[in-house]
Amino acid sequence: MTRLIRAAAMVTGICTIAVFFMMLIPGWPLFSHGHLLALLAGGWNPTSSQFGILPMIVGSTAIAGGALLVGTPLSLGVAFVTVIFARGRMRRILLSCVRLMSGVPTVVYGFVALIYLVPFIRSQFHSGSGFSILTSSLVLGLLISPTMIVLFVNALDGVDPRARRAAATLGATPVQRLLYLQLSEALPGLLSGVVMGLGRAMGDTFISLMLAGNSINMPGGVLESARTLTAHIALVMAVDFHSLEFQSIYLCGFVLYLFTFMLVLILRAVDHRFQRRRV
Amino acid sequence: MKKIVFCFAFIAALGCSNAVFANNALEAFKGQEGIVKVAGGTAHIPVIKEVAKRIARFNPKVIVTVAGGGSGVGIRQVGEGLVDIGNAGRSATEEEISHYNLVQVKWAVDGVGVVVSPKNSVKSLSTKQLQQVFAGAISNWKELGGEDHAIDLYDRDSASGTREVFVKKALKKGAVNGGANVVVSNGAMKTAIAGDPYGIGYVSVGHIDSTVTPVALDGVVPTIPAVQDGSYPVARGLYSSTRGKATGLSALLLNYLLSPEGQKIVEENGFIGVK
Repeated sequence: MTRLIRAAAMVTGICTIAVFFMMLIPGWPLFSHGHLLALLAGGWNPTSSQFGILPMIVGSTAIAGGALLVGTPLSLGVAFVTVIFARGRMRRILLSCVRLMSGVPTVVYGFVALIYLVPFIRSQFHSGSGFSILTSSLVLGLLISPTMIVLFVNALDGVDPRARRAAATLGATPVQRLLYLQLSEALPGLLSGVVMGLGRAMGDTFISLMLAGNSINMPGGVLESARTLTAHIALVMAVDFHSLEFQSIYLCGFVLYLFTFMLVLILRAVDHRFQRRRV
Repeated sequence: MKKIVFCFAFIAALGCSNAVFANNALEAFKGQEGIVKVAGGTAHIPVIKEVAKRIARFNPKVIVTVAGGGSGVGIRQVGEGLVDIGNAGRSATEEEISHYNLVQVKWAVDGVGVVVSPKNSVKSLSTKQLQQVFAGAISNWKELGGEDHAIDLYDRDSASGTREVFVKKALKKGAVNGGANVVVSNGAMKTAIAGDPYGIGYVSVGHIDSTVTPVALDGVVPTIPAVQDGSYPVARGLYSSTRGKATGLSALLLNYLLSPEGQKIVEENGFIGVK
């Protein structure tokens, strides 16, 4: 049994590393030709042989950042309510709603937003077509909330009950306990929730493909159309396999890979600190 | 349990009806064996894939492989004997035909029409106006006689065959503004335009329905009859070429494409049949 589990872990690990090399080897001509910088910092215009992915890096960052701005306060609010005010049945209902939310397929969020949110944004702001960074950030924020809420609730609940009882004995109200004790004690847990949320937002393809507009221009504002790295991969996938245009996909994959890798490193660092503090 | 039984019955019924339905047109493939390699134009792929599926279901010994690559690649590969059938979204040039001794069959027509929302009052554009709109030189509907509101441009991804025809024949290779929204399919384009009263985009003529309004280009409204009789110019034929006259399985496949059933597949995929 142990052997089986170990084998499963090995396969997973090898796959992850293999993906890295699978991107590196076919993408090597791109990296070795020295125009890596031009590709990373340039614009995208296949008709004049420009294959830079900077607008997509900016698009991805802006949309994922926006999603965090929307999702974090929302998730914190729900987590606070769940932890202090909701007791028994109410808490169960709230948490099962959150779980239900995470079970809804992404495409459903995308479709509903396409029908209702896009025209709404277009009519509210008299610029742009409604397909924008703002639209996809709003929906992505909602999409990453369940993950963040569950992690936040676990972190807040995980605070040592003895400390909580001690605070209560000293006369702290539930809100005071939350603000002065649980919040600071659970900070690493909350942080890792945010990092996980960011990872999900960055990796999501469908929402941005459906709602962000996918324009190849560098976005100049939140109401403008933008393209994410993931949507870019999906859009360029069908072009001629041997073209430089296609090879730029590897670079996009590479950037996303590095980004996820960095997030995992941050998570590990946060976790590490959390454990040291617990001891 | 009942549900499962019902499911099985349904699948079985589906299988039967398929077999009965497929019998006449696919009869020629009976007793045949071998591989047909097809490559080239991407617009052809959904049709050829469906054909391959139906043939394989009728006679699993006949295998049709489908690859993309683009029209140029299709012509080159069939000419050099790398594949049996080369697809192209354009007619092969005189030079290509004589150099490789190609025989080509046109089995579908793909027209591309400009569309706007039914709420839009602009229903007609000249080629020059269209070029300026897509290049971003005209950016307000007011300049075209419509409402005073910015124009929302919708474009397709660069691998799209629909886009290729549109840019070549409607825009005469004019530029498309980088700020245009990009959607992934004819269906997505229709949804976007139907929902955006200030949007303008283009779809395969077979996709135009009541949710979007076709825009007349230089006075000609893009409709299926207008594409068929050649009066609407933004169209192209979908061709398949073989080196020399098609023989064996390749000939059977091309015949099947031109059969009523093959032409039905063509129409189901949003193209216009040739028969």
